[in-house]
Amino acid sequence: MQIQTQSQLAEATAKSADMTPVQTTVGDKSGASSTDHAAMMRARQVSVFYGAKQALFDVNLDMPARAVTALIGPSGCGKSTFLRCLNRMNDTIEGARVTGNITIEGADIYSPAVDPVQLRARVGMVFQKPNPFPKTIFENVAYGPRIHGIARSKTDLEEIVVNSLQKAGLFKEVKDRLHEAGTGLSGGQQQRLCIARAIAVSPEVILMDEPCSALDPIATAKIEELMDELRQNYCIVIVTHSMQQAARVSQRTAFFHLGILVEEGETSVIFTNPKDSRTQDYITGRFG
Amino acid sequence: MTDITAASDKLHNWASKENTNRVRARYAADRRLQIYGIAAISFAILVLAILVGSLIASGASAFFQSKATLTFFLDPNAIDKNDISNANFRKIVNDTFSKLFPDVTAPKQKSDLQKILSTEVRFTLRDYVVANPDKIGQSVTLTVPLSDPFDQLYKGVVPPRLNALSDQEKARFENRLKNRGLIDVVDGRSFAKINVYIDPAKVVPEDIAAGGFQAILLEGIDALFPNQRVAGIYAIFDDAAAEAIKQHVMANPGVIGQTVENLLVPVSPFYDTLNKGQNPQIPNPRIGGENEIKWFEQLKGLNVLSSPFSTELFLNSNSRFPEQAGLSGAIVGSFYALMVCFLISFPTGIAAAVYLEEFAPKNRWTDLIEVNINNLAAVPSIVFGLLGLAVFLNLFGLPRSAPLVGGMVLSLLTLPTIIIATRAALKSVPPSIRQAALGIGASKHQVVMHHVLPLAMPGILTGTIIGMAHALGETAPLLLIGMNAFITSAPGDILEAATALPAQIYSWSDSPERGFVARTSAAILILLGFLVFMNGIAIFLRQKFERKW
Repeated sequence: MQIQTQSQLAEATAKSADMTPVQTTVGDKSGASSTDHAAMMRARQVSVFYGAKQALFDVNLDMPARAVTALIGPSGCGKSTFLRCLNRMNDTIEGARVTGNITIEGADIYSPAVDPVQLRARVGMVFQKPNPFPKTIFENVAYGPRIHGIARSKTDLEEIVVNSLQKAGLFKEVKDRLHEAGTGLSGGQQQRLCIARAIAVSPEVILMDEPCSALDPIATAKIEELMDELRQNYCIVIVTHSMQQAARVSQRTAFFHLGILVEEGETSVIFTNPKDSRTQDYITGRFG
Repeated sequence: MTDITAASDKLHNWASKENTNRVRARYAADRRLQIYGIAAISFAILVLAILVGSLIASGASAFFQSKATLTFFLDPNAIDKNDISNANFRKIVNDTFSKLFPDVTAPKQKSDLQKILSTEVRFTLRDYVVANPDKIGQSVTLTVPLSDPFDQLYKGVVPPRLNALSDQEKARFENRLKNRGLIDVVDGRSFAKINVYIDPAKVVPEDIAAGGFQAILLEGIDALFPNQRVAGIYAIFDDAAAEAIKQHVMANPGVIGQTVENLLVPVSPFYDTLNKGQNPQIPNPRIGGENEIKWFEQLKGLNVLSSPFSTELFLNSNSRFPEQAGLSGAIVGSFYALMVCFLISFPTGIAAAVYLEEFAPKNRWTDLIEVNINNLAAVPSIVFGLLGLAVFLNLFGLPRSAPLVGGMVLSLLTLPTIIIATRAALKSVPPSIRQAALGIGASKHQVVMHHVLPLAMPGILTGTIIGMAHALGETAPLLLIGMNAFITSAPGDILEAATALPAQIYSWSDSPERGFVARTSAAILILLGFLVFMNGIAIFLRQKFERKW
């Protein structure tokens, strides 16, 4: 990235080098991460261009570990674009260009030393529409650990799958049909399966792109409950259209409008005492 | 808000007559569209039914072969145990068959008699003895094929006798002569009354016998129809008519230089028969003469003839004799060619399609490649044949008529089909699956190999099989690389000269024998059978592996 200094680059290289074998299992992460509200991911001056059109303007945002950061804003405001920068999914879009600096635990994720494929394992993602693979439930969860060589043996793999399903709160419901098609589950179950699939590769960050917009209120409630539990171990960034959801699940909220990060801060502050009038108008329902 | 209230002042009247008419017209248009569709489908089914019906009608007889069950005595004096294949099996067959007709003694007739059996019978017998040498000295009963004309005769495809005169010729005789009262019957023989001018330039009194009576007769016939020429009318009279004029002039030399009116001249025998109210017939020239018809009736009376299912059609290779010609060589040749075609075009096509669809940057070069692939699908197949001839045969020096070259040419033909089908199948895999895989850190190749390709496989297989079916029916390129060769045995490998099913159909359709006419239709039916089978597999695979997401 343009604004990167030599020392930062060196640090990033060193970090990514010792991070390459992702061996820490999900459970014993507490020791590895820093204090609760230290930023896990940090974005500085991030701009995104789709061809000639600029979609995001100089966004600066810290996303703390062990907390849920909600990105809110009207449609087309760039919140999903920003989310996709965090695991370099924008790389897969033709003509997309990202400038600025994004770090995970201080290491630049756009540095040439960072492999975007491994980054996506560390920064997991859950999509708007539940998208399990058309395979069995077991295979859905086992796929990630298998391609990343996380499981050393078959029993290891089974343990990871069961563990992940348990963490995603799905194990009780599917334990008798692990070898049936994942696509046969209900929408909410499919979404939790996708979360289990993301957890299975021991990520540090989980990105959620409107994870509940295709779900009914009961399934939504379950996912929100799950997010609250997952927050104990992960840095979660969620894009949502529902302000109630943002208020319920997040600790920090960032409001985007027309590609600009208008305001960010503690969720309680944003919702009760926003500084910017646009934020005020949006959360009170005057537009959007 | 004010705009909306202003507009609603003039509300649309949904109950107006105009509106009712519009609704009615819309329903009529719906119905018309349906009727067009049903009509189109009915037309297509009708045409298909006519095609298949006519093929079955003309090809069904080829699935059966007329055979004679004969008992051959394998004379140990005629067959040397140590040199079986050089024994005179032809004589054994001829003698055995002649014994059924003790009253046929003349050598010419004896040799005509042998034409009833297929020429290949002696080889059938030789092969049998070679396989069973212990039977020498014993009598063996074999069922051997009849030759093509008698095969067709036994199956009733051709009649033993044909009409000697066409309907046109009959009508001409009735209208031009009989109905004008110009035909008389004298002593059971039909005569025509004609006027002839005994031209002194053609007949001299000194030598009447040498006169040109044929020319006089022709002039007389022309005079029957003064102002019009009627084709074929001369055939009504034969030499006997000229002879009758000659006799008349010899008896009355005084008529030279005069016109003889209403001279009775005999009509030719077929018209004589016709005039007596019978239908004149001749023996079918395919079969021979009356003798052959008589012998065949005799053979039928011996109860040795049968018409079982023709295994020759499937187990034999090509032959000059339709009763022995089969499709095994063509089927094996087509199989090898398709194998080569599949092995080349399936991996190449998928690799090309995966690269273009998943990895290639979208720029002018890939656009150019894409346009050219689509163009290749529309190139006439004969052009690929010429390419194969110029490159594979001339430049690379590969063997002519080989299934290897055939398969290579056909793979050029199927490649675009497979690439286009594969790309369509890859495109139809929902992007959510790719995102899901990318989102948990699968690399591009893992996304393609683990998720996209397996999900696209049913579509790819369907496209491939349809491409293969297309290749199976392709003729033109095979003709150019020599796969229409006359090969009497199935190829042993992909480098041996061979023919293919469509090329075999093409060369049989060119043969004059009636047996090949039926075999052409039968071969088309078999080819259609293979195509239906392959398309059936395509449908089965599509349904079996289709996944929901």
